[in-house]
Amino acid sequence: MQAFIKHTGIVTPVDRVNVDTDAIIPKQFLKRIERTGFGQYLFFEWRWFESGEVNHDFEMNKDRYKGGSVLISRANFGCGSSREHAPWAIQDYGFQVIIAPSFADIFYNNCFKNGILPIKLSEEQVEHFFQMTAAHEGYKLSVDLETKTITDEHGLTISFDLDEHRRQFLLQGLDDIGLTLKHESKITAFEQKRLAEIVV
Amino acid sequence: MGKKTLYEKIWESHVIDQEEGKPAIIYIDLHLVHEVTSPQAFEGLRLSGRTVRRPELTFATMDHNVPTQDRFNIKDPISKQQIETLEKNCRDFGVKLYDLNSADQGVVHVMGPELGLTHPGKTIVCGDSHTSTHGAFGALAFGIGTSEVEHVMATQCLQQVHSKTMEVRVNGQLKPGVKAKDLILGIIAKYGTDFGTGYVIEFTGAAIRGLSMEQRMTVCNMSIEAGARAGIIAPDETTFEYLRGREYVPQGAAFDKAVEKWKQLTTDEGAVYDRTVEIDAAALAPQVTWGTSPGMGTDILSLVPDPKSFTTENERKAAEKAIEYMGLIPGTPMTELKIDRVFIGSCTNGRIEDLRAAAEVAKGYKVASHVNAIVVPGSGRVKIQAEQEGLDKIFSEAGFEWRDAGCSMCLAMNPDVLSPGERCASTSNRNFEGRQGRGGRTHLVSPEMAAAAAIMGHFVDTRDWKFKAEVNA
Repeated sequence: MQAFIKHTGIVTPVDRVNVDTDAIIPKQFLKRIERTGFGQYLFFEWRWFESGEVNHDFEMNKDRYKGGSVLISRANFGCGSSREHAPWAIQDYGFQVIIAPSFADIFYNNCFKNGILPIKLSEEQVEHFFQMTAAHEGYKLSVDLETKTITDEHGLTISFDLDEHRRQFLLQGLDDIGLTLKHESKITAFEQKRLAEIVV
Repeated sequence: MGKKTLYEKIWESHVIDQEEGKPAIIYIDLHLVHEVTSPQAFEGLRLSGRTVRRPELTFATMDHNVPTQDRFNIKDPISKQQIETLEKNCRDFGVKLYDLNSADQGVVHVMGPELGLTHPGKTIVCGDSHTSTHGAFGALAFGIGTSEVEHVMATQCLQQVHSKTMEVRVNGQLKPGVKAKDLILGIIAKYGTDFGTGYVIEFTGAAIRGLSMEQRMTVCNMSIEAGARAGIIAPDETTFEYLRGREYVPQGAAFDKAVEKWKQLTTDEGAVYDRTVEIDAAALAPQVTWGTSPGMGTDILSLVPDPKSFTTENERKAAEKAIEYMGLIPGTPMTELKIDRVFIGSCTNGRIEDLRAAAEVAKGYKVASHVNAIVVPGSGRVKIQAEQEGLDKIFSEAGFEWRDAGCSMCLAMNPDVLSPGERCASTSNRNFEGRQGRGGRTHLVSPEMAAAAAIMGHFVDTRDWKFKAEVNA
């Protein structure tokens, strides 16, 4: 997996609570058997009307957010299904960081498997970013995972929390399966005992 | 020895390695696989030259994409490709597949328990959030993403962080006409869709003990809609009786021995949960959701809420958006909402008891002329059993369409889709925007409520339903 160390990018707001994975990537696009190419369908039903016309009211379609790579949203982001197609779509579209007050569990976990950094901040801090994004066209944030800080060009510096293991995992771009397989002898020993109990 | 919760007991018996500051490595006893979230995982194995470590603990079926009519004729070429890819992957990697030719094929969370694959004390995963269903048996069961599907295939393990524990104690008994679906919808409406985030919820209390296995599955199924990692219910005689004699449980004396072991899977008296909430079962009425999140629900005798009645700005905005999307007017009684479609089925409510309950309501009535209603059994076995009991005839005579097994309109990946603006009474688990089809308006309800709504053409309080006859009379 590609490592995540630092990132600076334009902030794109999606101002809703409970953004679910059906909204992030509607089911009609889950039929592909590849991991790539989902970005074009990200937030499909919010980006386009039924007629195929562009919905200019949806934040991501506004010129000022073109090229955005830091997504900000509200509480319980990524709720719903376990589909990893959701982070695949977010990443394929160009986002590398997601900032929200809280994330749904499976989605949060899936982000790390794909080198996306989800950052939890307080409601007030996220609200501040919404306001700054609205007030300043091209508002950017710089995220430094080594120092766990977020800065902007207006003198703001805030720190964020992240589980240390997850941080190292992203910084080094580690391979999960490879890490687990380092415990091969322990797994085998456990497994032999366990299989006798569960295989009927 | 310290007092432990059920979750902690299962967790501890599966930890292979736990280093300070790192996730534990836990063993996975059962891996269920379906066509949508597995192709990229199998492809990952191929690219890295890995195999499925324990094919005998891995079982696959196809459910999300399958048509419920003319099922072998999959017209969407991409759906077809996904199904064929699963067939090829299972062949190449030696995984047992219950395909469309199998009488056991069905929604993965209906099929697993039916085959007896789900046991108390097992760790069970699947690339599907509703894996929480299996927690009804006292298993630790949760949904995972595709990267983790690949991880389990390759290692039969997962890296996991210990969850917090929450007890949801449901005191008393549900009133007649109020079902497990109403209980879980009521809990989510009260506490919200993220109150379980970071927790494994154990459901306890007299009302839970009084539920059948099928109803317990409905409760655990939707614990993901409360944000929980998993839902779990300690096994008891109801659990053991459900499992006895099924293919993948021990038989004869070995079963009795297993039961003795399973009986240890309870939370110790005096064990402490990180959080406990209590619910009074008797206070619950049949539930209907009005919005676009499972927490936006209320009881049948309430009104569509006024967004202004919500406390926070974000909640008000969410309610406004939801009410606009749902095409509702605040203050309208829920019983006046006219529906166009009805879907009875899914991993939440597609089991035999669900169909019996819906059939009991439908018997002797006719579906309202403006309503299109479908009944989709959760599995091939449910379908066969329902037909043996004559439920298919009751549904057909009442004007419901009787279909083949699959996920169907729960997520509408197959041809069963709502049209824009259509309002649907659905026994499924999610009412997200577009979930059942772009512009579709989903109201989550129990099977009884869905059947009654189909007949009256609008929502009604099933506690007042005039049953015409008992189904099996």
